[in-house]
Amino acid sequence: MAKDFKLKDNEYEAQLISSRIYVIGVFVTLLMMLIIIRIFYLTIFQYDHYTTLSKSNRVKVTPIQPTRGLIYSHDGVLLAENKPSFSLEVIPEQTNDLEQIIIELQKFLTIEQDDINSFKKALKKQRRFERLPLRFNLDEEEVASFSVNRHRFPGIDVVAGLNRYYPFADELVHTLGYVARIDEADMSEIDQSNYAGTTHIGKLGIEKSYESILHGEVGYQQVEVNAQGRIIRILQSKAPIPGDNLHLTIDVSLQKVAEEELGDRRGSIVAMDTRNGDVLAFVSSPGYDPNKFVNGIDSKSYKALLTSKDKPLINRAIQGKYPPGSTIKPLMGLIGLNYGVTNFTKEEWCPGWYSLNGHEHRYRCWKRHGHGYLNLHDAIAQSCDVYFYSLAFSLGIDHIYEGLSAFGFGKKTGIDIGGEAGGLLPSREWKRSAIGQPWYPGETLIIAIGQGYTLSTPLQLAKATAIVANHGKVVVPRLVSSISNVITNEVHKLPIKTEEPVRVKNPEYWDEIIQSMRDVVHGQGGTAWSSGLNAPYEFAGKTGTAQVISIAQDEEYKEDEIAEEHQDHALFIAFAPVDKPEIAIAIVVENGGGGSKTAAPIARTILDNYMLKRQLIGNNNERTNSLPTSAY
Amino acid sequence: MKERTLSQRLHIDIPLLFGIIVLCGFGLVVLYSAGNQNIELVYQQAIKLAIAIFIMILIAQIPPATMARWSIGLHILGILLLVAVIYYGDIGKGAKRWLDIGILSFQPSELMKLSVPLVIAYYLSDKSLPPNILRIVTVFVFIFVPVFLIAKQPDLGTALLVAAAGLSVLFVSGISQRLLASLGVMASAAAPFLWYFMHDYQKRRVLTFLNPESDPLGGGYHIIQSKIAIGSGGLYGKGWLNGTQSHLEFLPERSTDFIFAVLCEEFGMLGVLFLICIYMFIILRCLYIATQSQHTFGKLLASGITLTFFVYIFVNMGMVSGQLPVVGVPLPLISHGGTSMVTLMAGFGFLMAIHTHRSFLSF
Repeated sequence: MAKDFKLKDNEYEAQLISSRIYVIGVFVTLLMMLIIIRIFYLTIFQYDHYTTLSKSNRVKVTPIQPTRGLIYSHDGVLLAENKPSFSLEVIPEQTNDLEQIIIELQKFLTIEQDDINSFKKALKKQRRFERLPLRFNLDEEEVASFSVNRHRFPGIDVVAGLNRYYPFADELVHTLGYVARIDEADMSEIDQSNYAGTTHIGKLGIEKSYESILHGEVGYQQVEVNAQGRIIRILQSKAPIPGDNLHLTIDVSLQKVAEEELGDRRGSIVAMDTRNGDVLAFVSSPGYDPNKFVNGIDSKSYKALLTSKDKPLINRAIQGKYPPGSTIKPLMGLIGLNYGVTNFTKEEWCPGWYSLNGHEHRYRCWKRHGHGYLNLHDAIAQSCDVYFYSLAFSLGIDHIYEGLSAFGFGKKTGIDIGGEAGGLLPSREWKRSAIGQPWYPGETLIIAIGQGYTLSTPLQLAKATAIVANHGKVVVPRLVSSISNVITNEVHKLPIKTEEPVRVKNPEYWDEIIQSMRDVVHGQGGTAWSSGLNAPYEFAGKTGTAQVISIAQDEEYKEDEIAEEHQDHALFIAFAPVDKPEIAIAIVVENGGGGSKTAAPIARTILDNYMLKRQLIGNNNERTNSLPTSAY
Repeated sequence: MKERTLSQRLHIDIPLLFGIIVLCGFGLVVLYSAGNQNIELVYQQAIKLAIAIFIMILIAQIPPATMARWSIGLHILGILLLVAVIYYGDIGKGAKRWLDIGILSFQPSELMKLSVPLVIAYYLSDKSLPPNILRIVTVFVFIFVPVFLIAKQPDLGTALLVAAAGLSVLFVSGISQRLLASLGVMASAAAPFLWYFMHDYQKRRVLTFLNPESDPLGGGYHIIQSKIAIGSGGLYGKGWLNGTQSHLEFLPERSTDFIFAVLCEEFGMLGVLFLICIYMFIILRCLYIATQSQHTFGKLLASGITLTFFVYIFVNMGMVSGQLPVVGVPLPLISHGGTSMVTLMAGFGFLMAIHTHRSFLSF
């Protein structure tokens, strides 16, 4: 019975399916008819129209690359320009045996294996009717010798173009970044129509983060070509819209001073305007030559850069992570005041070391025999470690974490270039998830002197210093202050970015901390008093010395006995003038020894230059964003 | 048992093989012209075709019952490979499609063009037809997972073909007309939402399709030039190797996706009719095989594969003649390139297997 039913069911199924297959047959035939009708329409009814078009179709549309915007410094110096250059380009579809052609070309042109490799790599990914460069930067002689032989190489041509050039080479590479050939990863992110004629794209720094502004809009031209596809005349064109120019906040003269002061040493200097976040100097040393990257760096040089002990590819200003050392003490003092665990009259006894109750371990002060009794002001000016151990113990890690976060530690500053590191501000939660251990009280102590897990970038230190100088107002550092349109000359000033201000219970705390910082350089016994000598203006600062290796309990740190890469980092933060701050500076000299000896004098020179220029220009209360009137 | 012929013992369907060979031969002739008379290119293509035909014959040896058993495993393998592409895939022209497994790299999405109709045919033929709502929903899951993964690569063309393969099996299984109609309405209602999920370049293609002149440098240029090629071909064409559009390099991608335009230009309306006749011959033969199959699985699978083959043809011709937006779908067995060729031939292998193994009833 059941079998019968199933059989019947099968028959019904077979019928159902067959009927559907017939429907498909009809459906397919109808749609094929539709195609035939369409082709019939095009070939029979529109035949005359399209034959005319086809006969006159000697017209090709080719894209025209827009001119990339230029980059100027705040003082009007051209930092990134476009230089005329010639490249040898191939339309793969129009050539026969590429291997043979390259061998022929090599008879009178130098074509390196690297060129061939990158050409072949690009060849696989590009459509065969599009131009592909084989060699860049042909010199005039090479252009001439190719032109003579041109008839032998259909599909190959010398193309004139503009090449990005960075006159300051390694000095500003960490600010500007560079452009390089568009690769596959870029392809997925760009509007391919708009980049149809473009070969290069910003890869790093400002060139990358302001790519959309610098690039402009593609144009195209309709050209008449002969049977081989060579251009005979231009029929119609739509001009490309050039990219906008950028005006940086960087002051080249100040940048130069900072570069020179750092010299050959590894390290970083950031100077920013405390009023609007304008970064005036942005040094990461050593740098490297971005011009080599523009048309592809050869693998050997690239490897050398990658493996160099000095790590030139790292942008130390935003990626270098250093223990802040004692530069963090003014902030700790402020946090202590705010949570009420200390006040300005409370004194502590510094015997040269500090121990937690019930523990043997001695946390030492940098001054071996101690500072004796001293209050917060003197503890900052003389950088007493013991005072801050005690302060930290009273505060506890949770308050410290909360307080330092407000100053931007452990998070990105928000500067307008990419690749920034957030540094590290440890907390209980962080340690539990990252290391899997609970927080130990001893770790709280060393946080207070900027050692331990805490890591910050020079830019973070500069930003934090500016916050103190501003009595809590937070400005976001920026490198570009305005954008100008090349055609209309219209200038668009970028808005100043601010963040939620840091608030303290009593605004006088700011003045008291600033007074202590002033006395670091101008007070008796201040750790950087020699750098403040005879200054015609007043500035505030704080020295810092960050340990690279830990010293055993009874050992003494002896500079000349320790290998250079294990020597302490020298740090210094400063702002000036004390009464009406305009500029904040953070300096890190890697393995530079002590902050007062190495870093503070650098700050003095930079501040002298800044203050002198300010005096020359007149009271420059509001740094203007005006267009440069003349380039050097 | 009656005496079996050689072709039956080899599990080859002679009329279908004949159609395929005529088609491939014509394709090579067009390719020679489209590829700048590069004989090397034609050799390459011929070798690929030969390999693909060999694979087709190999697959034809597999009894349909075995295919049915493997279908689920194959489908799961395919989905795992698609996921692997997301993490380990190679990028080409801005999309992650290829998986490199040492000796060769291939597109797992091609596998899905076969595994989707296979698994659905197997699943639906297991119970009585037409399928109930629950089973239809399951079928949609079978289709949606790979289609979603492929569309994300992004490869809209292949995603479309995989979806077509699955949906055509579902259609043949006899779902009611009322359901069909409501699905159609739902699909058109969902279309605007699809817009939000499309990549920028896909949106641009749709916009370009609606107004080719808006993008004279990109896809619009392709369409303008291919319409000129087709229209100027006229009734008889400009003659083999004489197409100006293709030989003066106005037609981009003329040996791959736009080869149909070369054919139109050089062979004219008559060439197109000839090509469509071969295609129709193959399709009708395949549908005949489907109706002759004695088991539901065979019928469903055969008609699913056939309909997919048709979708290839229709989408490619529609796109080249400016009726559909530009999606990367080749003209089957004519366009230069090996990946889709193997998949198509493997599909015909399934059809031959269904037809020639039919005397062994295993269902």
